Amino acid sequence: MSEIGERVKKIVVEHLGVEPEKVVDSASFIDDLGADSLDTVELVMAFEEEFGCEIPDDAAETILTVGDATKFLEKNAKS
Amino acid sequence: MFDLTGRTALVTGATGGIGGAIAQALHAQGATVAISGTRREVLDGFAARLGERAHVLPCNLSSKDDVEALVPAAEAAMGQVDILVANAGITRDNLFVQLRDEDWDDVIAVNLTATFRLARAATKLMMRKRFGRIIAITSIVGVTGNPGQGNYTASKAGIIGLIKTLGAEYAKRGVTANCIAPGFIKTPMTDALNDKQREAILAKVPAARLGTPEDIAAAAVYLASNEGGYVTGQTIHVNGGMAMI
Ligand SMILES: NC(=O)c1ccc[n+]([C@@H]2O[C@H](COP(=O)([O-])OP(=O)(O)OC[C@H]3O[C@@H](n4cnc5c(N)ncnc54)[C@H](OP(=O)(O)O)[C@@H]3O)[C@@H](O)[C@H]2O)c1
Repeated sequence: MSEIGERVKKIVVEHLGVEPEKVVDSASFIDDLGADSLDTVELVMAFEEEFGCEIPDDAAETILTVGDATKFLEKNAKS
Repeated sequence: MFDLTGRTALVTGATGGIGGAIAQALHAQGATVAISGTRREVLDGFAARLGERAHVLPCNLSSKDDVEALVPAAEAAMGQVDILVANAGITRDNLFVQLRDEDWDDVIAVNLTATFRLARAATKLMMRKRFGRIIAITSIVGVTGNPGQGNYTASKAGIIGLIKTLGAEYAKRGVTANCIAPGFIKTPMTDALNDKQREAILAKVPAARLGTPEDIAAAAVYLASNEGGYVTGQTIHVNGGMAMI
């Protein structure tokens, strides 16, 4: 897993309180990791903070899985 | 009980009667306060009286840009915003059929839209910290209605709805949202009434006196405290029994 992927995983584990093994690229935040819509908003805010970038609403809507987040951040992370 | 040491509070309308008393009471319980209003000199004088743990943040709540800058400025000054007291409010009274569009727009902008924007920004900070207290000052007439105040009552009722939704959405994150609905409180806002109006209102108050800003501040301290943490989405009526809801 990429360095960014590791950091994404760490944030997801911390925020959703899920087992690290469950946080795989294909895992859906809502369907597989038990997040509700507010959790996903919080995750996006946490990603923005950790990676120093803005995630506009239309982009946030396409981030449904751990892999989606990693892919987006590999392109857009500033820190 | 009700110790606020280490907490940070942003209070709008702190140059006014009720907001001033709320800021003072939160400060006396140990909180650091950011006091806001449009009149800079009044704020500076107030901050000087409070001494340490007081920050002055002038803001015109009818300006979108000013409103959006306020919570970030409070965060920059205090490190966090644990408590938001959205207290500033205006009236532009007129009979309903004579209410002008601008009377409606001005009142909704300052009382309701600014409260929405401030609460939105503050909640984002609070949910991260898993602690927050949103306290909005509404009014008894937002629940009962009042001739001559179609715009004002709509803005105050709107706040009550907004606060209930906030309370429901963020309860799990340690953020509570409540309203305080003052009855008839002695401040510059009510000093404008004539003796006849005053008498008529007092006749309806079982406590047979005007409320004081300190009566309202005491409710704010309770809602802001750790002890008030199980209260959310509520409207606390502080009105001497004028309406029992
Ligand atoms: N007094 C009562 O009996 C009573 C009853 C029910 C509810 N309330 C509510 O309690 C709250 C406080 O009222 P009060 O009696 O203390 O009135 P007040 O003494 O007239 O204070 C009003 C406050 O609102 C601020 N404000 C007004 N327009 C503003 C704007 N555009 N931008 C920023 N700040 C603005 C004023 O700041 P500047 O002067 O610095 O501009 C002032 O600090 C209001 O929401 C009011 O509706 C009062």
